[in-house]
Amino acid sequence: MEGQAWRRWAGYVVASSYELSHDREYHAIRSAAALFDVSPLYKYLVTGPDAARLLDRIVTRNVSKAKVGQVLYTPWCDAEGKQIDDGTISRLDEGTYRLTAADPNLRWLHLNAAGLDVTVADVSERTAALSLQGPSARAILQIAAEVDLAGLRYFHLTQATIRGMPLTISRTGYTGDLGYEVWVDADHAVPLWDALIETGSPYGITPAGMLALDVARIEAGLLLIEVDYFSSRHALIEAQKSSPFELGLGWTVALDKERFNGKAALVDEKRRGSAWQFTGLAVDWESLERLYADVGLPPRLPTVAWRTSVPIYGDGGRQVGYATSGGWSPLLKQYLALAHLEAPFARPGTAVRMEVTVEHRRKQAAARVTPLPFFNPERKRA
Amino acid sequence: MASSARYDAIVIGGGHNGLVHAAYLARAGRKVLVVERRPRVGGAAITEEVFPGFKFSMFSYVVSLLRPEIIRDLELPRHGLHILPLESTLTPMENGDYLAAWGDHDETRRELCRHSPRDAEAYDEYGRLMHHMAHAVKPILGMVPPDPTSLDPRDLLALLRLGRHFRGLGGERFHALVKLMTMSSADLLDEWFETDVLKATKAASGIIGTFLGPRSPGTAYVLLHHYMGELDGVFRAWGFAKGGTGSVSEAIASAARGFGAEIRCDAPVARVLVRGGRATGVVLENGDEIPASVVVSSLDPRRTFLQLLDGNALPADFAADIRRFKFRGSSGKVNLALDALPSFTCMPGLGRHHRGAVSISPSLDYVERAYDDAKYGEFSRRPYMDIVFPSVIDPGMAPPGKHVMSIFVQYAPYKVNGGWTDAKREAFGDAVVNTVEEFAPGFKSLILHRQVLTPADIERITGLSEGNIFAGELALHQLFFLRPAPGWAKFRTPVRGFYQCGSGTHPGGGIMGASGRLAALAVLGDGR
Repeated sequence: MEGQAWRRWAGYVVASSYELSHDREYHAIRSAAALFDVSPLYKYLVTGPDAARLLDRIVTRNVSKAKVGQVLYTPWCDAEGKQIDDGTISRLDEGTYRLTAADPNLRWLHLNAAGLDVTVADVSERTAALSLQGPSARAILQIAAEVDLAGLRYFHLTQATIRGMPLTISRTGYTGDLGYEVWVDADHAVPLWDALIETGSPYGITPAGMLALDVARIEAGLLLIEVDYFSSRHALIEAQKSSPFELGLGWTVALDKERFNGKAALVDEKRRGSAWQFTGLAVDWESLERLYADVGLPPRLPTVAWRTSVPIYGDGGRQVGYATSGGWSPLLKQYLALAHLEAPFARPGTAVRMEVTVEHRRKQAAARVTPLPFFNPERKRA
Repeated sequence: MASSARYDAIVIGGGHNGLVHAAYLARAGRKVLVVERRPRVGGAAITEEVFPGFKFSMFSYVVSLLRPEIIRDLELPRHGLHILPLESTLTPMENGDYLAAWGDHDETRRELCRHSPRDAEAYDEYGRLMHHMAHAVKPILGMVPPDPTSLDPRDLLALLRLGRHFRGLGGERFHALVKLMTMSSADLLDEWFETDVLKATKAASGIIGTFLGPRSPGTAYVLLHHYMGELDGVFRAWGFAKGGTGSVSEAIASAARGFGAEIRCDAPVARVLVRGGRATGVVLENGDEIPASVVVSSLDPRRTFLQLLDGNALPADFAADIRRFKFRGSSGKVNLALDALPSFTCMPGLGRHHRGAVSISPSLDYVERAYDDAKYGEFSRRPYMDIVFPSVIDPGMAPPGKHVMSIFVQYAPYKVNGGWTDAKREAFGDAVVNTVEEFAPGFKSLILHRQVLTPADIERITGLSEGNIFAGELALHQLFFLRPAPGWAKFRTPVRGFYQCGSGTHPGGGIMGASGRLAALAVLGDGR
């Protein structure tokens, strides 16, 4: 997969990495600034007097509480409280919201809009998005946009212009670092990219692809649809579905809202307790080193993050869950994974074992349940 | 006296090893005080804004072997540590051509093919050999060295384990290891390669911090010592610390404080208090006496034993061994603030090569001749140089668009003829920039500010005896169970309760922190 490769994303192609290896792109996220094209995201503009009401029907968070200029991260569920998708809602003005989604949701929005005074427009093709992530992101945007970003708080947005192009800057991202996403008319996407690269060059800006992003989002403990969870819409069997509680998104479920899709089931689950928990795992280095030393090798580590299902065992040898993403963190010097565990095994510090293939043989390395995110720098919110 | 609190341990010297040591002791619940002579921690791993807006890793400039277990145990990323990869090496040649090693293996092989298809193939085999050798030697780095002459069952057991480890290597690799331990790097590389510039660039890493040339026996091992930084391929142990090497020290200090250690700067130690053959504390230069059950020195062996202790506190033969321990600083450093990046004749303009190292080692003869000058007490007229541009990798090191350039220079002998004077220092600085100018015409006009550091400056500022960057020459006769003296390589000293760590002890120099950690384990193992 490495090097000058492209991958599919929502019917578009995006770069896996711009250089032969994604190393430098990853480090740019954590030490300077990385620029991603995240335009393939699905984007919907929801307008009208009932816009907030529609969104509140669909998502688990309380949209009507959001002020103009605020951005919410939220999942949304089916009637059984199983997660369909997750994304962000930006309140652009009094009655205008932008919803981003990983999957197409136009039909779902229309279905839920019955009887409401609201207009839903799919602006996915019309709106481009560039994501500028990393400790230098603010300095670069500050110069490019000639707007004071010091006051722009985490998960808030502001209107701005760059070289005369009107755009929206939101302090959001998928890296768990200081970062911004710039929303612009698709016609302006290329000039905007060039403007940011030009302004950012003295600050070490680096175009970055999905391989680098994948490492960063695992460190940040951020979920990826169809990798870490299945949309309940695509699941073929019940066991493939997950609730927000099971995905560690309990904080997004506003059970005090009057009604929303899946509320009854989620109230019930909250009372009963969830069967599963989504959590971090840190593989024990000495254990991994021993497994490799047994065959005369130094530890081999994945050079790119993996996205396969890997069994997790309890101390007794019984399988108690599965990891869905994992990889080596070049920053933390730790082998990390994101995993679904049976609730009793998901307490931080619990010792489990993760399957690793050492020289064609299946072995188990010791691992420890670690709260997410693995990496949470102060600058993200500061 | 300021503090009436009784410390379990006092660590003398707030360099990275002293700090690692303190952090491990504090993590184990000990009450620890670090006393540092200078106004800030870091020792030779410090970042200073020498020129307004331009920050320099003043001395040590790359992080080579910092142990991943230390990074994890002390949670250094949480304290701000971020090591950025250093991926390429460009060696400009005197005929205007170049040799490059890139981050991508196949690209490097293609480049080498341009010079010699045979060497391109041998390169992989050589890499595999060094990998095996590093694998063979690496366990020793994490091990408290056993004394081969001791009858202590613990030593015997460790030796047995070590013996088994070496037997496990098999004949072929064992023989290769013996060769590596005894040959010169030039001879070793001659066995493998025909491209002179390749051999010169490789050999250069075998002379760093030693007073030896590429044709001096024993340098092949130093080659391996540096190669070990690369063994952990995926860990990318070789690199830059974001914010300069001072940020490594700051991160470790922050971790140590987090575990409860106290760090006192501007607190030079006059001597270690010894009563009845055991250390009982330290006396600061201002007269303050601070008692403690354990005193640990992270200074180099000469200062640890001959300066901090009274002459009669040590057995005479041990003191003699320490007096014989060789320092012979041989390298200097030139730090430059630049208006723009220089353009090299061999690869004009700006490019990704500015993100890696530029090695001024065009031929084996060039490097050996640089040594010839030093052998007779002069700095090299055309020195070997390892150049990096930290601001390209970490733009925060210089104002936007401006750059810092770090030039590691060898040879600059500590005992230069006539001694180091201001005039000599500037002459040395001139030799350095004039040599760079040969390979990058116009470079001199980009210099906004120049800082030249000779071994005498290194000694004066960091306290490293004779300015040796490894706190004692990294030569075979001063490694493993001989570092710093036979029989005393296990971090203990002839004075009870007085311990040693730092680059002058096993396993030696580089920002690796291993000796700080191993010494802490020794202190804790002794139940102190």
